[in-house]
Amino acid sequence: MDYEQIRKQEAVRTRVRNVVIYIFLAVWGVIVLFPFYWMVLTSIKSYSAYSSEYVPKFYTTSPTFQNYVDAFTTVSLSRYLLNTLIFTVVTTVLMIAVITLAAYAFARLEFRGKDLLFTLFLSLMMIPNELVIITNFVTITNAGLRNTFTGLILPSVTSVFYIYLLRENFAQIPDELYYAAKVDGTSDLKYLFKVMVPICRPTLVTVVILKVIECWNSYVWPRLITDDQAYFLVSNGIQEIRENGFGRENIPAMMAAVVTISIPLIILFLIFRRKIMAGVSRGGLKG
Amino acid sequence: MKIVLDHLTKRYPSLKKGGPDVYAVNDFTFEIPDGKLIGLLGPSGCGKSTCLNLICGLTRATSGKIIFGDDDVTDLPPEVRGVGMVFQNYALYPHLTVRQNIMFPLENLKGKDKMTKEAMMAKAEEAAGLVQINELMDRKPSELSGGQQQRVAIARALVKTPRVLLLDEPLSNLDARLRLQTREEIRRIQTETKVTTIFVTHDQEEAMSISDYIFVMKSGVIQQIGKPQEVYDDPVNLFVAKFLGTPQINVFDGEVNNGKLYIGGEAVLPMPGVQSQPVHVGIRPEGFILDEKGPLCCDFRALEVMGRDISVVSGHKNCQNVAIRSIIDADNKVDTSSPTVRFSLKPHKVFIFNKETEERIRV
Amino acid sequence: MDYKSNKAWLYLLPAIAFLAVFMVYPLIDVFIYSFEEGYNSASQTSFGIGAYNYSYVLHDPYFMQALKNTFLLVIITVPLSTALALVISLALSSITKLKELFQTVYFLPYVTNTLAVGLVFMVLFQKTAYSDGMINMMINFFGGESVDFIDGPYWAKMFVLCLYTIWIVMPFKILLLTSALASVRQDYYNAAKVDGTSRFRIFWRITLPMISPTIFYLVITGFIGAFKAYSDAVALFGTDLNAAGMNTIVGYVYDMLYGDSGGYPSYASAAAIILFAIVLTITTINLLVSKKHVHY
Repeated sequence: MDYEQIRKQEAVRTRVRNVVIYIFLAVWGVIVLFPFYWMVLTSIKSYSAYSSEYVPKFYTTSPTFQNYVDAFTTVSLSRYLLNTLIFTVVTTVLMIAVITLAAYAFARLEFRGKDLLFTLFLSLMMIPNELVIITNFVTITNAGLRNTFTGLILPSVTSVFYIYLLRENFAQIPDELYYAAKVDGTSDLKYLFKVMVPICRPTLVTVVILKVIECWNSYVWPRLITDDQAYFLVSNGIQEIRENGFGRENIPAMMAAVVTISIPLIILFLIFRRKIMAGVSRGGLKG
Repeated sequence: MKIVLDHLTKRYPSLKKGGPDVYAVNDFTFEIPDGKLIGLLGPSGCGKSTCLNLICGLTRATSGKIIFGDDDVTDLPPEVRGVGMVFQNYALYPHLTVRQNIMFPLENLKGKDKMTKEAMMAKAEEAAGLVQINELMDRKPSELSGGQQQRVAIARALVKTPRVLLLDEPLSNLDARLRLQTREEIRRIQTETKVTTIFVTHDQEEAMSISDYIFVMKSGVIQQIGKPQEVYDDPVNLFVAKFLGTPQINVFDGEVNNGKLYIGGEAVLPMPGVQSQPVHVGIRPEGFILDEKGPLCCDFRALEVMGRDISVVSGHKNCQNVAIRSIIDADNKVDTSSPTVRFSLKPHKVFIFNKETEERIRV
Repeated sequence: MDYKSNKAWLYLLPAIAFLAVFMVYPLIDVFIYSFEEGYNSASQTSFGIGAYNYSYVLHDPYFMQALKNTFLLVIITVPLSTALALVISLALSSITKLKELFQTVYFLPYVTNTLAVGLVFMVLFQKTAYSDGMINMMINFFGGESVDFIDGPYWAKMFVLCLYTIWIVMPFKILLLTSALASVRQDYYNAAKVDGTSRFRIFWRITLPMISPTIFYLVITGFIGAFKAYSDAVALFGTDLNAAGMNTIVGYVYDMLYGDSGGYPSYASAAAIILFAIVLTITTINLLVSKKHVHY
């Protein structure tokens, strides 16, 4: 029957299209995953095995963890990791405190000049970091804060964008809740921590996650402000390792270091996959 | 054009692993006469939208046949079936003007059906005229009210002169006043175009008021088909009786004994020829007559005045509803000081149903 | 009221203090720097006000090289990555099996350290005395000549830089486009299907207009991001980008500020302001164009 033919053609076409789509998606998946595979693979090849491969091999028969041992002993990788951890935790905690208070003031409290001030805050969102970093560099240098955690952390403990994000979320909480709490004699600060923060926890979690990713990967500011290895973060550490670390050619040890500093965020991502992806699509930017 | 559904079935695998399959549409066999307005009625989740999608071609049937006129369209894709569809949320393209929206289906035509720009414009104007939106043609859907959007959606569905017009919950997104207006509008358009029209609704009043025929559905199974008044006056089971009519039918636990119907020990009506058994008794609100000597004695609770009618709210220990609502003419005087109120019943407004199967027991 | 007002300011104090010191003041200061001629960071003195810094920067061959590199990077990566992300998102949204797996995998580059993975790219593309590297092996396999992508000809270096930049920015674009596609109501597609609209026409007339706000958003942020490219270049070619001829405008700013050729905050400021002016112009043009084409 004629119709039967139409249907069969349609079925064949659908199948072909699906095969093409899956192949295409798989190819991009390989492009994304290949660098990860290669860094793990190289990191478990021994230096001698790697050096003797003029044509690189896609596998190794004698995996070794010696490179990881080297990464922690020859260069101060553990120092870099610890520094980054301190930097990330302190910056994130401070920032959350600062932005929560500011967002609360904008969302809940009444004061003269609120609208004007908020507009000013918003207009600051358009200022690129590259423009202000020059003076900040000079400020921190003159204050003698180079090669200190204070110098590293201070400029990144506020974010106008996150204040905005949080304020919008706070503003959605109905006024009645506030009045009810007031009638019960709740103080503003208590209301903030007992009511608003718990209600807006998803947004706060999003902000924390985004900030942690940003801190862990930050490179430019730490590079400007630290030249003492004792204060290097992982990004600068990896650059240092590349240029002066194991000797230029010890690629396997370098890859071991790369794997080590990549793992924490990847684990974090795999655990909080949904939250991170939702958060990024709401307010994340790369760069 | 006549539409025939022949043992039409749509089965979905269970959402739970290993559970039984779900029949959204179970073995539908019926015929929709040409040029009529059909209301497909049922509570939400009963499979009525699935049925519409099957007829439209957006969903493929598991088994059975769909026949339009003389054509078996069961396996055809929607575009060759010649159907027009109005979606519940109208699905007007927000970036196109009203005119572009209406012309959209025409621009898809290929081969010998291809139309010139002028012909399309004329067609669009004609369809717009039918629903009286000519002056809105250059606006965007977001600039229209809900009722106007609804008209645009209908115009878009009608523009390629479909053989069948399908409407999915056409009134659910409108406010009460517009709903009344729009349903008359749908009736008028259908009468003018004479296109066979099927619409889906969960609102029995809507279906009753404009349909030529109503099809009452419950969990994938057709319960009753008929003209609205017929179905109302002669429901086949308790579900249909309960589903049609506002206020809802009053249901009592009763018993037939020796050819008489008892509610709570009082013989309220003769039931000659009915076997003695416990039954559900359904009494339409308008089936009550105020009667001081009436057999049915209820606890008086309140009186609701509605102008033309009054509604007596009362209670009875055998009543399954929260309250008994009886509608009587406003000329009647109700003694509100009395703790009880007595009724006699109009026999043709009283239905009895089998206690287990809930099927109607005919007298 | 006054008490309340004071309290509000107290809540705002930390944020205002930090912003004033690290954003507002620097913003004013950068303009001052850029017009102070011959500023000396050691003695903090200058000998005059004028546009000399701008003129110096604009005549600096390193800056012109950085400008050229940045523009090439922007022009190549923004359209390519957006288009590729659109195709991938369309493919993703048309499947159900394995969809989540693909989405998870595609997002991985977002959470990786740009510097670290850049090193992997370098290893893959590098040609050294000991090995031609992984990519060259594949080029050889298909009968091509080995190229040193890291230390070789300009086009090869540009190619790796673009490739790496695209690899890095894809997760964000795919994520946003997939959710934009998912938010187009199924009703529209059903309506189009009933009307017999072809796949191609559905894409052009329905899908694309519906997600156009997201596309324009991605193009605008893509332009801004690509103009600020820096760390991906460092990751591939090392910190001395001028020597590699692969510097970017932002890289030039930092080099002027600090680094081997550093110590010139005035030149850095002038370069930063030029960059800001370029980004502002392009963004304004983008916004004007999008106003014309995004109908909502």
